[in-house]
Amino acid sequence: MRIEGKGLIDRDSRVGFRFDGRDYMGFKGDTLASALLANGVRLVGRSFKYHRPRGILTAGSEEPNALVEILEDGQQTPNTRATVQEIFDGLQAKSQNRWPSVRFDALAINDLAAPFLSAGFYYKTFMWPRAFWEKLYEPAIRRAAGLGSLSGRHDEAVYEKAFAFCDLLVIGSGPAGLMAALTAGRAGADVILADEDARMGGRLLAETGTVGGQHGPDWVEEVLGELRAMPNVRLMTRTTVTGVHDDGTYAALERVGLHVAPRPNLPRECFWRIVARQAVLASGALERPIAFPSNDRPGIMMAGAVRAYLNRWGVAPGKRVTLFANTDAARATARDLMAAGVKVAAIIDPRPDASTVEDCPVYAGAQVIDTAGRLGLSRITIAHRGSEFRIETDCLAMSGGWNPTVHLTCHKGGRPVWNEALAAFVPAPGAVAGLIPAGSANGAMSTAACLREGRDAALSALAALDRSAPDVPLPEAEDDTYGIAPLWHVPGKGGMWKRQWLDFANDVTVKDVKLAAQENYASVEHMKRYTTQGMAPDQGKNSNVAALAVLADATGRGIPETGTTTFRPPFAPVSVAAMGAGGRGKGFAPQRFLTSHEASLERGAPMIEAGMWYRPSYFPRPGEATWREACDREVAMVRHAVGICDVSTLGKIDIQGRDAARFLDFVYTNTFSTLPVGRVRYGLMLREDGHVMDDGTTARLGETHFLMTTTTAAAGQVMRHLDFVRQAYCAGWDVHCLSVTENWAQFAVAGPKARALLNSVLDAPVDPEAFPFMACGPVRVHGVDARLFRISFSGEEGYEIAVPARYGEALFRDLLARAETMGGGPYGMEALNVLRLEKGFITHAEIHGRVTAFDIGMERMISPKKDCIGKAAAQRPGLMGPEREQLVGLKPTLPDQMLTAGAHLFTPGEEVCRASDQGYVTSVGPSATLGHWIGLAFLKNGRARNGEMVRVVDHLRKIDILAEVCDPVFHDPEGRKLRA
Amino acid sequence: MRIPCPLCGTRDRREFYYYGSDDYLNRPAADAPAAAWDDMLHNRDNPAGVTRDLWYHETGCAQWLAVTRNTVTHEILGSELVADLKTGPKSARKGGEK
Repeated sequence: MRIEGKGLIDRDSRVGFRFDGRDYMGFKGDTLASALLANGVRLVGRSFKYHRPRGILTAGSEEPNALVEILEDGQQTPNTRATVQEIFDGLQAKSQNRWPSVRFDALAINDLAAPFLSAGFYYKTFMWPRAFWEKLYEPAIRRAAGLGSLSGRHDEAVYEKAFAFCDLLVIGSGPAGLMAALTAGRAGADVILADEDARMGGRLLAETGTVGGQHGPDWVEEVLGELRAMPNVRLMTRTTVTGVHDDGTYAALERVGLHVAPRPNLPRECFWRIVARQAVLASGALERPIAFPSNDRPGIMMAGAVRAYLNRWGVAPGKRVTLFANTDAARATARDLMAAGVKVAAIIDPRPDASTVEDCPVYAGAQVIDTAGRLGLSRITIAHRGSEFRIETDCLAMSGGWNPTVHLTCHKGGRPVWNEALAAFVPAPGAVAGLIPAGSANGAMSTAACLREGRDAALSALAALDRSAPDVPLPEAEDDTYGIAPLWHVPGKGGMWKRQWLDFANDVTVKDVKLAAQENYASVEHMKRYTTQGMAPDQGKNSNVAALAVLADATGRGIPETGTTTFRPPFAPVSVAAMGAGGRGKGFAPQRFLTSHEASLERGAPMIEAGMWYRPSYFPRPGEATWREACDREVAMVRHAVGICDVSTLGKIDIQGRDAARFLDFVYTNTFSTLPVGRVRYGLMLREDGHVMDDGTTARLGETHFLMTTTTAAAGQVMRHLDFVRQAYCAGWDVHCLSVTENWAQFAVAGPKARALLNSVLDAPVDPEAFPFMACGPVRVHGVDARLFRISFSGEEGYEIAVPARYGEALFRDLLARAETMGGGPYGMEALNVLRLEKGFITHAEIHGRVTAFDIGMERMISPKKDCIGKAAAQRPGLMGPEREQLVGLKPTLPDQMLTAGAHLFTPGEEVCRASDQGYVTSVGPSATLGHWIGLAFLKNGRARNGEMVRVVDHLRKIDILAEVCDPVFHDPEGRKLRA
Repeated sequence: MRIPCPLCGTRDRREFYYYGSDDYLNRPAADAPAAAWDDMLHNRDNPAGVTRDLWYHETGCAQWLAVTRNTVTHEILGSELVADLKTGPKSARKGGEK
């Protein structure tokens, strides 16, 4: 219930929300947890394995119990921590892992079976029959044990990712973090202060002490006001730093829109990569429960959380509160409650010598040994000086001390060190270079110590940044003793039904850990996996230290010898959608569009992705029902009239310098220094390991100026390769390479009427005598400077005309309009593929990375007169000879039979198996010119097997036919047409 | 991971393309024995400690870098432009002097 006059919530802004089908009211500033507690809702979920009733335990992101599903627009986000989710008007949430309701859960029957469900139960029980695991056991277990569920729909919400840079990243905005940010901010450093809470201030918002004579939250506001006014300081609320990575890179998750509704134009979350030269870890500490019998009932909470709900949210989680704690510091919770008028029924302190001076009954040297209340706490039993008695209570605040939040100091392999006085692990000094722990995260347990450590950490960081330090005085604050005497668990009696819970989220008890030790899972890492201790969404934040203390006790070792499990990123759950923000659907890869893209779409061309480019497959005409009809027509159009194809996707690399020709001789197998100006030559490029990297044509535009074309697929790889060869092997050469792929739009104009079409757009007509096959040179088209290359990938008289990209669309539309008056038109990738197959031209379907120049019949292109990349390796034994699979043509024996790429080749009569495999088909197409399907394939000793029959087997498409081996050049083998 | 580029400053590793060991810089002469080519192409150390490998600043200055780093501590110890190392292949240099 709410306490009048308490809390930092805005009581003028009422917020309506829904939980498990019921409407509630809260205030602006409430989390779902604080609003539910204010409405008297204690039971919020069922536990993972035994479906035990569970309530809110904490007030932070470490919450193990209060995991809920958030519903919005048909989507549901499971496992949302009610302690983190802020309420907003219209918020809808429901409890999870229960059926039909959280009050009556049918699977609570699991709890009765608990005697059989101990640690390692699955491993021991579901061993046989083996096939039952997948079909029966696993589905049944998954239904019974679990957390929230998904809607089953794609997550189409918007997420964002971003980078940030700073001199100093301060993680956490409690007293230590604020002092660090203030000190560094005043020194002029670029500071980012990040806190996972919606409101900065850390524990100061949850307590009642003064800082510098002011009420804690007022001091926080004053400091924040100064920080906000500094242009060099950036405050990031709702931002959890989740990981420490190399070289000062920190991962962080910001909740951008999860607390706002509706949220037009707001992403749900933003995943940050923050690069910081220095960082201060002021992440505070996490309070740990005590494992006493039946310590998991709704109403049993962390003492610090009870104090936070009271002071920050003005909520008393109970009417008769009891406190069970082993530190002096925890008494403040009881005092704050009494000061607010809430009855404190008893303080149970296990320390025999503890002070008993409070305004309520105090039992020193006492322990809680049992609790009662099926759906919520109603009573506890305590043992005190040899007697046992009961106390009526609806809220038990417990504290077993605090664990410094050391997680981020361990992300790069560091191990925390045990501090006997604090009975806790603290960061190892220098665990992460440039990350300075301060405040409670470093084991400082009073506000004054936190303020001092925060300032001193900032001074160290400023020194590392070579910045002079300002004089920042320390405000006065509480410096009370912590006074802990460790208590990990209270020995139970009464057996099975008096379980002492350690990991609330995964239902792990003290007995489970002892059983693990007994069965020799004595290493902490083994115990963790055997019991699932610490493997739930909270990753053991509440329970790991107590669990390993129990393990240490059971194995007769000390806690430092037992050691901790490994802390790995992320510190708190991060949605994959945020890490991969923008990468879904079309965001998966960039889309590259040709200048002719719109014109092609207008003609109804379906697009096919090639590399990242979108290229037209074919240009359907009215009445054409299939791609095949359009493809056949386009092939015939090129063979008999003229076709236009956008070939701008091919890589274009401008190569200039006095040593440019010499450089090309070195990267190509054949010679380019002998190429005359104004001519083009086909070149073959190898990798250094002797296999084919790429092929293409290179034009000599001037004595020291070449233009190389690469295949579309390998443009990036070739550019990298040229830069590597030039920088690594050609020191002192005068040669420069630059990609100009996107600077030029280039169109193939091919067919018997190609020259006539070109002459209608060129300022001066092409003279076939002066401009023979493989000529190149500057031309003007409609007054624009352009380049013309007489090259052909179709086998027809062909040209490629290149204009600056800004003229691409205009030229494409003009060429199409003119071509159509001549019986021609555009052709797409399908026709381009058939045309090149008919000529036996290769693409990356053939030069796929595992073939040599010998395999494709081009070994004579490796010049014997010079060295080149890949030459030495290409001559190794095994890379040439009859054992190699060599490029051949294939045609089916019956005209209607289809060939398929990927099919494998076998000798007729031999068994079809891997051992007798003779090769495979790489490319196929329906040859409109020849009237049957044709294909290219690699066949063992293929060139010597011309005219033989092979069996073509495609297991996937269930095709098994006979085909004839032939020369890969099917059409115009003498090349008369392209030289016309 | 952040890589110091001698031309562009320290940048996120996503700007770089990774190639492999700096053994690729020691290109044998064209007529070197097969073992020398085998070493350059295939035989690699796998050090736990300091190593030097090749990175291409693909979305930056298009320079190849030789980056020295520690595989155990992830510390980056330095980087140099491959073009400044003057470790060109004997074969290419000879070819060039023809």
